[in-house]
Amino acid sequence: MSTKKTLFDKVWDSHVVKHVEDGPDVLFIDRHLVHEVTSPVAFLGIKNRKSGVLFPNKTFATADHNTPTINQHLPVADPLSANQLKALEENAKEHGISHWGLGHEKNGIVHVVGPEYGITQPGATIVCGDSHTSTHGAFGAIAFGIGTSEVEMVLSTQCIMQPKPKKMRINVEGELNFGVTPKDVALYIISQLTTSGATGYFVEYAGDVFENMTMEGRMTVCNLSIEMGARGGMIAPDEKTFEYVKGREFTPTGAAWDKAMAYWKTLKTDEGAEFDKELTFSASDIEPMITYGTNPGMGMGISKSIPNAEDLEGGVATYKKSLGYMAFNEGEDMIGKPIDFVFIGSCTNGRIEDFRAFTSIVKGRKKADNVTAWLVPGSHKVESAIKEEGLLDILTEAGFELREPGCSACLAMNDDKVPAGKLAVSTSNRNFEGRQGPGSRTLLASPLVAAAAAVTGKVTDPRELMKELA
Amino acid sequence: MAYDKFEILNSTAVPLPIENVDTDQIIPARFLKATERKGFGDNLFRDWRYNGDNTPKSDFVLNNPTYSGKILVGGKNFGSGSSREHAAWAVYDYGFRCVISSFFADIFKGNCLNIGVLPVQVSPEFAAKVFAAIEADPNTEISVNLPEQTVTIVKTGEKESFDINGYKKQNMLNGFDDIDYLNNIKSEISEFAKELPL
Repeated sequence: MSTKKTLFDKVWDSHVVKHVEDGPDVLFIDRHLVHEVTSPVAFLGIKNRKSGVLFPNKTFATADHNTPTINQHLPVADPLSANQLKALEENAKEHGISHWGLGHEKNGIVHVVGPEYGITQPGATIVCGDSHTSTHGAFGAIAFGIGTSEVEMVLSTQCIMQPKPKKMRINVEGELNFGVTPKDVALYIISQLTTSGATGYFVEYAGDVFENMTMEGRMTVCNLSIEMGARGGMIAPDEKTFEYVKGREFTPTGAAWDKAMAYWKTLKTDEGAEFDKELTFSASDIEPMITYGTNPGMGMGISKSIPNAEDLEGGVATYKKSLGYMAFNEGEDMIGKPIDFVFIGSCTNGRIEDFRAFTSIVKGRKKADNVTAWLVPGSHKVESAIKEEGLLDILTEAGFELREPGCSACLAMNDDKVPAGKLAVSTSNRNFEGRQGPGSRTLLASPLVAAAAAVTGKVTDPRELMKELA
Repeated sequence: MAYDKFEILNSTAVPLPIENVDTDQIIPARFLKATERKGFGDNLFRDWRYNGDNTPKSDFVLNNPTYSGKILVGGKNFGSGSSREHAAWAVYDYGFRCVISSFFADIFKGNCLNIGVLPVQVSPEFAAKVFAAIEADPNTEISVNLPEQTVTIVKTGEKESFDINGYKKQNMLNGFDDIDYLNNIKSEISEFAKELPL
């Protein structure tokens, strides 16, 4: 057997407490992120089993899924949401877990605040009861979503039991075209693999495009790994990673930093290490992307037209059901379709670089009258940066308002629901039926595409509005 | 929360031949606000099952009295999307003990195994036979035999074996879960934690 290891092998193998005969590995978890929706039943479980929390300092709680994005200083109006938020607060307090609840200055979306405060580190195993935990893979961590039973396992034993996934490497080589963002790269890969093409695998992203990408861009790409079925995705840490991590609240300092750096620098795939599957794409093939159907794999270049069912693999009936829900037809162009809502935010695209990109197009233009726009920062830290960098002034001038942080319309658990039949361009991660509210229709896209739609009131190629920037 | 033991399940089945059924369809996010594991079955497939005014949609299979049983047969890539275990809870709470599909999304499959719903992955050809058998006779019985790891269309005798790792199989047969296992090796885990690279 080869002694050459992939990045994934190195991190996984060093966290295996034991292998169960004809079964899974017992995997030790370094960082456990918790939010209000998938944790209460787990806390109830440890209460019923009287098992307690083994390492409370390795779990971090924040409220995000359920929180309102306006008037956060007022009591939460929905009694069920309020009850869930209260349960998180009480559970965290009872077990000595740090809790950044609603109104806390560090509050925000769990996958946004983790990196912001240095909880996310290279080489760590990170889990959360949320499938977009894969975001943290951007730092060379193994990070993935778990179910509530597993949340209970981590609380009571700091471990979960999982078989080691297969390994896939996805390379994107060359230079990205003008107007193409990390979101487009991810949506392109998902469109090529389909929504189940990476199921059973853990992905490493490699090649020029990811090496040249910012940390926030890498987070966007890793975030969307789950949308092609992968358990998670990761990128080898480099100088950019170390620079990002350095000096944050939970980042090691002094001798501990030196020790960490020595270890983190070993975290790359050995030359000649084997993957179960390897795919290579060319950056030059990617244009700004948009989805037209009801899963994230149903995406295409914004200038293309909706594929015909017979040109696709897979079930025709399911495809037609999907287009029927969207009220689109095969062969139609997406460009020019009138839209009703724009949502910028979420753990996918709710960071400062996303707001900078959005603002770059909005600057000097006005929000279209037919558009309701929800601009939701991923955290208070992002919110502050938007204000400090002067972006808010530009957005206000253009007729936009900034809301308060949270998951918001990405999954529409709070009041930010797109009404039935309305069409939304969203920078979030899922265009499932009803995802943004019962009957809502979602087009997933980058912050640039969202901005172009917001100011024109229809699906517009952002490159048309960026010409002066070229 | 250990669950009921699973050995052999003989039951009629409910067909849902749609691909890529995501967990937002199985249970929409707005029904995830409970702090206890109760009543999720009421909202299983909520938006496919009910109109906006809460009247049942007559064309949805769960509202069709012709079909019933403890087995749900889904299309390819069943349970994709969100990791919400509430989706598996909803399936269980509604009364299903087994889901058959030609392909499962990873997290959903793991969640099912953790709560005592058996995910049975069969070949696309066998899945097509199961759908056809139910369509031909909604009362057709499917037999899922965990000790033998087989699924059989009783009427025709057509049979296929399915995979499950030995550890999970024993858990399902005995109604044990991973939490029991891990709680028993806590001291080993604490020792391990001291040896981590960082």
